[in-house]
Amino acid sequence: MVLVYTEINKNRVKKSSLECVQYASKIAALTGGGVTALVNQASAEHLEELGKAGATAILNMNNESLNADHMLSCAAVEQAVKQCGAKVIVFAFDIAGKAIAPRLSARLKAGLVAGAIDYPVVNGSTFEVKKNVFSGKANAIYTIHSEVKIISLLPNSFPVVLGENKATIQDFQPDLSAVKSRITIKETKSNATGGMVPLPEAELVVSAGRGMKGPENWGMIEELANSLGATTACSRPVADLHWRPHHEHVGQTGVAIRPNLYIAVGISGAIQHLAGVNGSKTIVVINNDKEAPFFKSADYGILGDAFTVIPKLTEAIKKFKANQN
Amino acid sequence: MKILVAISNVPDTTTKIQFSDNNTKFNAAGVTFIINPYDEWYALVRALELKEANLAEKVTLIHVGLPDGDATIRKGLALGADDAVRIDAEGPDSFFVADQIAAYAKEKGYELILTGKETINYNGSSVAGMIAGVLDYPLISLATKLDIAGGKLTAEHDVDGGSRVVECELPAVISCAKGMAEQRIPNMRGIMAARTKPLEVVKPINSPEVSGPLTSVKSFDLNPGRTSCKMLGEDQMDELVKLLHTEAKVI
Ligand SMILES: Cc1cc2nc3c(=O)[nH]c(=O)nc-3n(C[C@H](O)[C@H](O)[C@H](O)COP(=O)(O)OP(=O)(O)OC[C@H]3O[C@@H](n4cnc5c(N)ncnc54)[C@H](O)[C@@H]3O)c2cc1C
Ligand SMILES: Nc1ncnc2c1ncn2[C@@H]1O[C@H](COP(=O)(O)O)[C@@H](O)[C@H]1O
Repeated sequence: MVLVYTEINKNRVKKSSLECVQYASKIAALTGGGVTALVNQASAEHLEELGKAGATAILNMNNESLNADHMLSCAAVEQAVKQCGAKVIVFAFDIAGKAIAPRLSARLKAGLVAGAIDYPVVNGSTFEVKKNVFSGKANAIYTIHSEVKIISLLPNSFPVVLGENKATIQDFQPDLSAVKSRITIKETKSNATGGMVPLPEAELVVSAGRGMKGPENWGMIEELANSLGATTACSRPVADLHWRPHHEHVGQTGVAIRPNLYIAVGISGAIQHLAGVNGSKTIVVINNDKEAPFFKSADYGILGDAFTVIPKLTEAIKKFKANQN
Repeated sequence: MKILVAISNVPDTTTKIQFSDNNTKFNAAGVTFIINPYDEWYALVRALELKEANLAEKVTLIHVGLPDGDATIRKGLALGADDAVRIDAEGPDSFFVADQIAAYAKEKGYELILTGKETINYNGSSVAGMIAGVLDYPLISLATKLDIAGGKLTAEHDVDGGSRVVECELPAVISCAKGMAEQRIPNMRGIMAARTKPLEVVKPINSPEVSGPLTSVKSFDLNPGRTSCKMLGEDQMDELVKLLHTEAKVI
């Protein structure tokens, strides 16, 4: 049995959770057994969606307190592992996955590969799993030797294709009385994203750097993003200068993303910036310096002044969209 | 209260990555090694600030690795850590590293353990959570602010779509990200003092519950990256949109 940790966020099953369910169903096809999704406070639609992604069974919890401390969610996962006899546990390599999967690994003495980018190769009692290392410059194949195996999957590594499968649903009440949480939440703050898809989940991203000269020039970046339905991002100096909020900063120190399309405007393409974006499927670079290193890591390059190129690109996209409808 | 800061020894961010031994080992020839940036800029500097504010008595560095990491440990001492310990073993996997750090922290009574958010070579983001798991301590993951008041920690950390301010009892493990502190440059006095600060080398412990490493690296391969960039002029935006639709198939 493969157990998948899934989450609901903003009343949607997280995209990364659906990817994990689908990934788990491929593993189940290799090892035999089904896929159990563990979820908290899912509605009928959420449960249906998890089934369509490939869950054969769902353990639905109803526990408000779980989200308060990863120690609690880890204990819940541990009990679910026991209940369904899981030998493989799948997480997304996201905020929750980065906190819960390592704790679970230590508790179960189960080997963890964090940030997998491909399906495991089953080799006798071991798994071989590929992940990015050296901030995307290389890959490594890890062997998991332990009997129970944990994999966290890098978001946006696989597309999700929903089928017609229906899962059997069971209420699940983990007993958390023995877990003493020592964390109290004082305040919760939301990033002002203006309705855009959150950066880690975004398939289309428009990002801009110091080449934009100042925050007053971001209007045209937002308009370009809008025309595509893309999420905006920025380079580190732009966030450090407070031209843009910190949650938009991508790269080694910021968020690592791998959208289908990454448009970089006025960004030089420093290695630490590339570390967070070189997993993108297609990269478009707009820069007025033909020596800008980013051109070496791009699929399409436009040599020109952002201030003239961006309005033209926005217009071309609007025209394209209008023709499609 | 004593703070233990876990530091990892990693190739400088601009290193050209190469492998040896039939792509099974990282080729360290000619590579400059540094303290993992998150461990240095955020975890260590914040620990030093807490000590300077008289909120902690002592800052100790811990590194799991071979003697070639000693130069990196000395850099941390030059920044102002009081002393250091190196667990003399090549960390075969994250759990091994975490288990060693957990055992040392427990034995020596460190109540606060700080790590970086991830290493820039293995990108695991795993060691902090594993230490917390071994010791059954709370973890504040991806923390961007950390303070101590009335024997309790207050921290801000990232959650989906935002952040959260929490209070946490000691002992605890914190993984540190950007925002926590500003980079410091070691001064001459620090560098001189670092030479004589204690660096203890200890043998690894054997965890009774695990017989061998839980994971190991079988092989590496380089990401080929992009080989050719199609260049377009500023008046070819319709062409670009068409290529994104028909060739790249991303819009
Ligand atoms: C350990 C470490 C970690 C780091 N982490 C990150 C990180 O996570 N993310 C990150 O982004 N950086 C990071 N950096 C910083 C990184 O090295 C670069 O300094 C940074 O990415 C540069 O940002 P930029 O490209 O916006 O600015 P610049 O390097 O100043 O580049 C501006 C670019 O805009 C172009 N330009 C100027 N005017 C125009 C115009 N009118 N039209 C078109 N193009 C124009 C220029 O030709 C230039 O290429 C890190 C650095 C270190 C040492
Ligand atoms: N060999 C090591 N010795 C000491 N600390 C380490 C070691 N490896 C990782 N760490 C710490 O654990 C953090 C996360 O590492 P990782 O899980 O590998 O991404 C790092 O930022 C360090 O603070």
